[in-house]
Amino acid sequence: MQSSSDFLIFDKVTKVFESPDGGSVTALDNFSLNVADGEFVTVVGPSGCGKSTLLNLVVGLDKPSSGQILINGKPAWQQLLNIGYVTQEDNLYPWRTLRENVEFPLEIRGMAKSERRKRSEELLQRVGLAGFENRYAHQLSGGMRQRGNIVRALSFDPGLIIMDEPFGPLDAQTRIVLQQQLLDLWLQDKKTVIFITHDLQEAIALGDRVVVMTARPGRIRSVYDIKLSRPRDLHHLHDDPEFRTALSDLWDELADEVSAANAMGR
Amino acid sequence: MLDAGKSEQQIKSAAKGKRAFDTTLIWQLAILVVLLGSWEILSGRLFDSFWVSKPSLIIGYIYNWFVNGDFFRHLNATMTEIIVGYSIGAALGLALGLPIGRMEKTAKILDPFLLALNGIPRVALAPLFVIWFGIGITPKIVLVFTLVFFVVFYNSYAGVRSVERRYVDLAWVMGARSFSLFTKVILPAAMPYIILGLKLSIPYAVIGAIIGEFIASSEGLGHKIQLETSVYNTTGTMGGIVVLMILVVFLNSLLAWIERRALAWRPPSRSGDAGGQGL
Ligand SMILES: Nc1ncnc2c1ncn2[C@@H]1O[C@H](COP(=O)(O)OP(=O)(O)O)[C@@H](O)[C@H]1O
Ligand SMILES: [Mg+2]
Repeated sequence: MQSSSDFLIFDKVTKVFESPDGGSVTALDNFSLNVADGEFVTVVGPSGCGKSTLLNLVVGLDKPSSGQILINGKPAWQQLLNIGYVTQEDNLYPWRTLRENVEFPLEIRGMAKSERRKRSEELLQRVGLAGFENRYAHQLSGGMRQRGNIVRALSFDPGLIIMDEPFGPLDAQTRIVLQQQLLDLWLQDKKTVIFITHDLQEAIALGDRVVVMTARPGRIRSVYDIKLSRPRDLHHLHDDPEFRTALSDLWDELADEVSAANAMGR
Repeated sequence: MLDAGKSEQQIKSAAKGKRAFDTTLIWQLAILVVLLGSWEILSGRLFDSFWVSKPSLIIGYIYNWFVNGDFFRHLNATMTEIIVGYSIGAALGLALGLPIGRMEKTAKILDPFLLALNGIPRVALAPLFVIWFGIGITPKIVLVFTLVFFVVFYNSYAGVRSVERRYVDLAWVMGARSFSLFTKVILPAAMPYIILGLKLSIPYAVIGAIIGEFIASSEGLGHKIQLETSVYNTTGTMGGIVVLMILVVFLNSLLAWIERRALAWRPPSRSGDAGGQGL
């Protein structure tokens, strides 16, 4: 079923963690998904179902036990210069200012200082962080740090952006502001996005497609097309009948998996 | 957004802290005056000032020593030993500690040897160094070196090992490889430990130089102190000790200044600066 337009391909990806005491945990089981160039795919699933593992496999921080992940037909982990990763933990470097953090990947890529400066200034401006460039991470609020993490992953204009519950720890108001900013940023240059979340409403509000994962071992339970038009106004999405239908359809599926995960004794 | 709220409040409370009258210094001065005052008054009354001297005598001694004595010759000798020994010890400690911190296997192999070497009471080696290197400044430099090296080595080694995996992993994903990974992530992340090692080793350097001079020497502050002690001049002994104390405080504040610049990014800590150990 692979078509040539598929930018990113997860091909029967399985990951088994062996524990030292001889046991093993299957974190991902035959995860297969084709993602088109410029698509915004959100992935929901109960905690512990292998979502973070999936992203770590994309960037090669871990190796799949079997299967492969391809970008334009070649292994994804060999194309790190084209992947922006926003990790689940806040990973701004505390010894760098906000600006220096955003410029980190650009420094690595050898971009000239003046050019770096221009790029970071523009990005920070776009997410409302102008004026905070010279602050260190501990001098920023959680919402500001998270925007910093995202902007850093975008700074070098990667073709693929993968995000692991980037808005997880934020309060509801901050979260919706950041979601809207992310959508606006994304609409400007339509990169391919894999966005992990445990929040179903967030998954529907942001995605072109929502992937629902099963409780461990993580498999794809269903893939749901979201027919909401773009640009989306997140503040008024809840009144949209399309949003409500998607929510009620997906809610039951996810609820099954969450209770299955809880039954596993988590 | 509510973002600016937190920082504004911080700025306000910081400003308030400055405006409020700080009584710490007053208390410190008061304690100093009481201590020195009672020493001055009780010496000669409660205690024989022959044994414990008194502040006025010590100040007078230092003044005389400074103005028409051989103060600078001794200071020069001791400082040379400290600076040369410290520089070599610190440089080598960093040059070995930082890379070995990254080499899991090497670290594991070397561990028992380093532990054993560090277990040697270095001060007990001082007489041996005199036999090997004579009574000039070389044995003192070697002694300072051995003391400083291990402190700097262990701290930079531990610093590199303490760097959080997630920082390194993410840098890797962002494209950083061996050299950039080291200079842009590992080194800055380990910097608090590195600076700590450089700071902790200052008093050790001074101890090394002074002990070395006690054993056999013809000049240096330790030599001078021993000379005065051998003729029961307690005022002279204490004068020398006071000079050493000032020296350590000076070296420590130099390092504290470097620390403030290198670690400007760290959130302010609750505890004050403990500032090395005494002699
Ligand atoms: N390095 C590892 N070693 C062993 N087990 C792991 C490791 N990383 C993750 N796991 C296990 O794999 C499963 C999936 O983890 P993770 O991908 O973090 O889940 P999620 O992000 O969906 O919450 C969990 O059961 C977790 O305990
Ligand atoms: Mg996770």
